Amino acid sequence: MSSLTRDDVAHLAVLARIDLSEAELDRMVGELDVILGAVAKVQQAPIDGVAPMSHPLPLTNVTRPDVVRPSLTPDEALSGAPEVEEQRFSVPRILTED
Amino acid sequence: MTTASMTTDEVMDYDEAIARFDPVMGLEVHVELSTETKMFCGCATAFGAPPNSQVCPVCLGLPGALPVVNATAVESAMRIGLALNCEIAEWCRFARKNYFYPDMPKNFQTSQYDEPIAFDGHLDVQLDDGSTYRIEIERAHMEEDTGKSLHIGGATGRIHGADHSLVDYNRAGIPLIEIVTKPIVGAGERAPEVARAYVSALRDLMRALDVSDVKMEQGSMRCDANVSLRPRVGDDHSGPEQLAVPLGTRTETKNVNSLRSVERAVRYEISRHAAILAGGGSILQETRHWHEDTGVTTSGREKSDAEDYRYFPEPDLVPVAPPRETVEALRATLPEPPAERRRRLQTEWGYSDLEMRDVVNAGAVELIEETAALGTSAQAARKWWLGEPSRRANAAAQDLVTYAAGLGFTPGDVAELEAMVKAGRLNDSMARQVLDGVLDGEGHPVEVADARGLELVQDDAALEAAIDEVIAANPDVAEKIRGGKVQAAGALIGQVMKAMKGQADAGKARQLILDKLQ
Repeated sequence: MSSLTRDDVAHLAVLARIDLSEAELDRMVGELDVILGAVAKVQQAPIDGVAPMSHPLPLTNVTRPDVVRPSLTPDEALSGAPEVEEQRFSVPRILTED
Repeated sequence: MTTASMTTDEVMDYDEAIARFDPVMGLEVHVELSTETKMFCGCATAFGAPPNSQVCPVCLGLPGALPVVNATAVESAMRIGLALNCEIAEWCRFARKNYFYPDMPKNFQTSQYDEPIAFDGHLDVQLDDGSTYRIEIERAHMEEDTGKSLHIGGATGRIHGADHSLVDYNRAGIPLIEIVTKPIVGAGERAPEVARAYVSALRDLMRALDVSDVKMEQGSMRCDANVSLRPRVGDDHSGPEQLAVPLGTRTETKNVNSLRSVERAVRYEISRHAAILAGGGSILQETRHWHEDTGVTTSGREKSDAEDYRYFPEPDLVPVAPPRETVEALRATLPEPPAERRRRLQTEWGYSDLEMRDVVNAGAVELIEETAALGTSAQAARKWWLGEPSRRANAAAQDLVTYAAGLGFTPGDVAELEAMVKAGRLNDSMARQVLDGVLDGEGHPVEVADARGLELVQDDAALEAAIDEVIAANPDVAEKIRGGKVQAAGALIGQVMKAMKGQADAGKARQLILDKLQ
């Protein structure tokens, strides 16, 4: 298990939109490494001849008919939003993208 | 307008760019399916509903909500794949595409990654000169649309300068099919035309399959155009030496929302890349935004830092494994391919290439087909549909079908109008007046003709009397006709028609004049 570099953590921070200070970056490299180390134990599992699995049940083609079901009301939908404007979710300015 | 869209990049003259570089394209088209409900929940998909009125815990990404796949959407995806001559996966999964942006409340988009439902196809598209270009299809996969953001505080609703955004999740979760081409090579100077022809052919195909509204102006069909240039080698853009040259760095232009824009945006990017490369610069791999108003692209985000979507198989959904019988049953439902259908109809209707192209460009193929089915000749159907109705649809910036539907103007009306002409009740100019009345909402053709009192005078005696008067009043013209100058009859016909207040059959008047003077 290769360990995480400081650059990796900085890159993850950018992707996750988390602003980390230099000191926090240093600390996170160590902490994330410990977590990855713990998770890496699964790599010791004997998996020869075992196909990768993304779902615990051997099911396929579970679908529903294309029939409209009741939605939430706008009030219900917006009830958990910290801020609402014009019946829409109000969110902080998005960084640099369009 | 933002300051960004006013910056003007240097561009090279297009012909020079093509002489020095070989363009390669990749086109990604998103098609919004016209299912009743969303991809993974039972919320309605109606366009234009009040904000956040078609949302539920699943499409809002609330904790614990579980998605279930829309059976019709999967079926549509497979029909699209089959119509694009693709293989249909025997087994495939959905995947999470992780990113942080408020238009996707789950913080991931449910999509497909390395297991698309359809792959390895092709679509033959027709170019303006009648030649055919084969576009190779890499894949068509299922995913979901995102919510719509409104940026508040910026100059024109764009992100630049905005201080907050308002999000409506009605669109979040609507089924999308993303269709991705393999690199389109060898098109040379025709690359922009090929791009437009491809998107146009896709649109026709989706309509024929009846799986999407494909309204580019409403966003139910969207195109991202990847363009790169490589140095020219050899005489031919599709020659083996040229094809062996490695691809250059590409840019991806988004926000291309009309067929014309597809062509313009590709052309612009070719000229822009060429200027940079010729100046010794290098292309930045990035997203570009197309500006319809100014006809330029501007830089969006750089791709390199945001490309890491950390895809993984969606654990809340089970695999899609369509039985082969199902695939074959769906194959049997495919409509006649639009290009073949067009060739067949052109032969049936006896149209010239130019006439057929006008009809196709006007979006009148189906309308004429329905009109002809009611017994109207194809030439008459073409004449009426491409006349005033097309002119008014253009003026209203609508396609002909939408315009006619909005008005309740049907093939039946056109057939009724032409039937009156054939029966000798209306002459051409009267029929045009009736058509105006119908399009003004005065009723069906017979009603309008009745209400306006438009009817050819069938009374031959009245017509003959008018002709005699006109001949008597114009002895010199009459003499010319007697002397064999038949074309002089036009002057007399005009006066006869005027005397008859336009309500006479001009052809008949001509015949009577000639009979009398020869």
